[in-house]
Amino acid sequence: MQVHELRRKIVDRLFTIACFGATVLALVALVFILWSLVIQGIGSLDLHVFTQSTPAPGSQGGLLNAIVGSLMMCMLAMIIALGIGILAGTWLAEYGGRTPYGAVVRFMNDVLLSAPSILVGLFIYELLVRPFHGFSGYAGAVALAFLATPIVTRTTEDILNLQPHTLREAGIALGTPQWRVIRQILWRAATAGLVTGGLLGFARISGETAPLLFTALNNQFFSLDMGHPTASLPAVIFQYALSAYDDWRRLAWAGSLIIAVVVLSISIIGRFMTREKFKP
Amino acid sequence: MFKKVTIAVGAAVLVSGLAYAADLAGAGATFPAPVYAKWAEAYKAATNNQLNYQAIGSGGGIKQIKAKTVDFGASDKPLKPEELNSAGLYQFPTVIGGVVPVTNIPGLHSGQLRLTGALLGDIFLGNIKNWNDQRIHAANPRVTLPNLPITVVHRSDGSGTSFLFTTYLSMKNPAWAKQVGGSDSVEWPTGLGGKGNDGVSAFVKQTVGAIGYVEYAYAKQNKMPYVLIQNKVGQYPAPNAAAFGSAAASAPWANAPGNYVLLLDQPGAKTWPISGATFILLYKNQQNAETGKSVLSFFDWAYKNGDAAANALDYVPLPVGVKTLIRKQWAANITSGGKPIFVTK
Amino acid sequence: MLDVSEVTGGGIMPPPTLHQGEPAAIPHAKGAWFDPVFEGLCFGAATLLLASLSGLVISLAIGGWPALSHFGLSFFTSTTWNPVDDVYGAAGPIVGTILTAFVALAIALPLAIGIAVYLVEFCPRMLARSVSIAVELLAGIPSIVYGMWGLFVFAPLFAKYVQMPLIMHAAPGSLAEKLFAGVPNGANIVTASIILAIMILPYMATVLRELLLTVPPQVREAAYGLGCTPFEVVTSVIVPYVRRELVGVVMLGLGRALGETMAVTFVIGNAHGFPKSLFASGSTLASTIANEFTEATGELHTSALIALGLVLFMITFSVLALARALLSTKKV
Repeated sequence: MQVHELRRKIVDRLFTIACFGATVLALVALVFILWSLVIQGIGSLDLHVFTQSTPAPGSQGGLLNAIVGSLMMCMLAMIIALGIGILAGTWLAEYGGRTPYGAVVRFMNDVLLSAPSILVGLFIYELLVRPFHGFSGYAGAVALAFLATPIVTRTTEDILNLQPHTLREAGIALGTPQWRVIRQILWRAATAGLVTGGLLGFARISGETAPLLFTALNNQFFSLDMGHPTASLPAVIFQYALSAYDDWRRLAWAGSLIIAVVVLSISIIGRFMTREKFKP
Repeated sequence: MFKKVTIAVGAAVLVSGLAYAADLAGAGATFPAPVYAKWAEAYKAATNNQLNYQAIGSGGGIKQIKAKTVDFGASDKPLKPEELNSAGLYQFPTVIGGVVPVTNIPGLHSGQLRLTGALLGDIFLGNIKNWNDQRIHAANPRVTLPNLPITVVHRSDGSGTSFLFTTYLSMKNPAWAKQVGGSDSVEWPTGLGGKGNDGVSAFVKQTVGAIGYVEYAYAKQNKMPYVLIQNKVGQYPAPNAAAFGSAAASAPWANAPGNYVLLLDQPGAKTWPISGATFILLYKNQQNAETGKSVLSFFDWAYKNGDAAANALDYVPLPVGVKTLIRKQWAANITSGGKPIFVTK
Repeated sequence: MLDVSEVTGGGIMPPPTLHQGEPAAIPHAKGAWFDPVFEGLCFGAATLLLASLSGLVISLAIGGWPALSHFGLSFFTSTTWNPVDDVYGAAGPIVGTILTAFVALAIALPLAIGIAVYLVEFCPRMLARSVSIAVELLAGIPSIVYGMWGLFVFAPLFAKYVQMPLIMHAAPGSLAEKLFAGVPNGANIVTASIILAIMILPYMATVLRELLLTVPPQVREAAYGLGCTPFEVVTSVIVPYVRRELVGVVMLGLGRALGETMAVTFVIGNAHGFPKSLFASGSTLASTIANEFTEATGELHTSALIALGLVLFMITFSVLALARALLSTKKV
């Protein structure tokens, strides 16, 4: 009995250490990468970066047009992705998930999770750029939505599936129509999870370059017109990071730092908003 | 509340698509992107016309102009006259650059190592595996080379730089021409592939005994030790603006149909043998006369005022004679509804 | 407290009084008419998703058909990739893709489980929120930054502290020497896999954490009440509870790993053909497409690249189908 007890304790202790170690490892990697990012990027961050548009090499400038363009396209993309993703995930979890059709939808969704982003960009190019003879921010937003929607769908379905049946049963027993059960009980209970899905989707698309190459192109100048080529931060970073010019490279690191900071802030805000209201 | 904010912002985004209209859009080659950006910036300051050029690759430039999604395309690789004619396109050069082999050999500085095109081909074929090989020594009797394995670094992505480099090797090394050939993307017999000029530079810098090839601007900005290549008349000029310009000046522009000229192995004592021009692609018959005029005005302006900017970024402007020739070609070739839209002044 | 009438829309009706012979009146809640509309909306969204995905796959098939019909089966077995002679074979990138994705998953999955378990079971409440945000931050770093970091920071360190010692200590002629052969500059399959693992880790850890949080406290407490150690609680009770959704997590990670382009392209060394050792350079389907698509002008070249995309989809299909098959048998 003693030996058995001891063995359980040892295994447990090892396990705890392993889990702790895994977390430490991840944090070390994070610190390492952030350190490089901050060292390179912080030196180039000044007011110009936020007030001036992208410059030619040797001229002074910033990333204003890229930041604004990225924001516009990402927000539009997330609106589409959340709209379609949450509804589709809900359908899979609450309505047709167990039918053969549902199995097909779920399967295809998982497959799209691994779609190389450049192919998505090409598909949207054939759909929205070529027929209209012009690159546009709208096409870029649709391409990004393509990448974010599967993530939202997946997490929505998973989270809704894990809500206890008692919630549903209680709602139905009270005579609530199903859509209300979903909207006011299930979605509310799962808000933290849904927000996580949205944040993961946003994190994924905020750094994507390839799908924008053939859809939104990029724009050297400031423009709010999404019907024409629109600047984006990842595209600018991609171009500048691989160039030979020192000032362009510094801007690329600054841009990368900005993306990382934005994703972090939105992450924190999202968690804050859902935690406070819906703590059990 | 969160929902309301989202909807409001979304609506604002959609509605705000009325603010600006970009004037001109062009896309294509990566090589000239910095100098086009510089010209566009100055052009906007001077004339308030906006020209947005984006680098998506020469292949992309060709595809996009053919699909008419941009006002002009750009390619580092000139299209052959047949292809131009069948698509109704016209091409003209804008700036010149050069491809420079770079190395990482301890103790060796820029310009100390001399190679012929044939030797370079053999190295990239993997037939010469060590720096102290007899054949390299024969070309460099006064330099002691260490016993160091050669690591070849090439481009993993397709590019005009690779096109120029591999085409040159095909010209100088029959075995290369037979086994590999010249193109923007080839089946490299040996070596590592770095992404972009940056990737190649990084690999060369990090690997002792490496040899790679990059655009001149990268070699200069990153201060990488370059190799001297024997040119057509047997000289070993240093790679610089004068050397590339010499290549452009010696090339037979006037006799080349469709301006199909490769500045490889051009004559001239100071000529750098691996030079190249980058080209703009336009439709001969412009659907919209205003657009066509705007595009040509921009490049006309650039020909007149863009030399200093080009030089500052390590590009080489075209010789004056070539510019005059090109302007005459614009007047003769670019029309809209039957009428020429550019007039030489 | 939830107001019942708010939930049911004020539709609670008094129980019907039954008279002899009268059928009972069936109460309808207010707003029930919207039910089919809502279901229709959800169904529409799901169908829209399916339609767009199918459209993508179909357009890939159409685009890749010329290359596939031209080369036939040899497209999948040949390692030749020659744009000059227009001969293409996908075997090299296929092997590279599968290798990097699975090695990355093998590294990342245990770590993700460890992190999620630590955050949910062991971490002090105060710290948990900040640490979980820190892990999520890894997801927010743009993939190109991973590429640049990998190329300029990680690869040289890997070469210096891992590759060099292994190469120098491997006895000549031994298996170890063959395994570790390669130019010591850090541009190889293993480096790419490690970078991939770091990239997919935050997604998997975050979703896993959410999953573990949904386990009802009673289940956990019951297990502890029986005298289980935390290890036993986690492995015997909590993880099996979310086993079905665990597949989703793995899919999320695998999907990202299979399709990741930028970061891999920077550090994998991009050599066509089979990798000859652990530290040899290789290529993946996504990196080959990214490298060559923008410059490809030949019809067959472009088609071959699109065919690579189709192959990637086929690989994902098979892997997912396999996972599903394995799971359905286990669930008995």
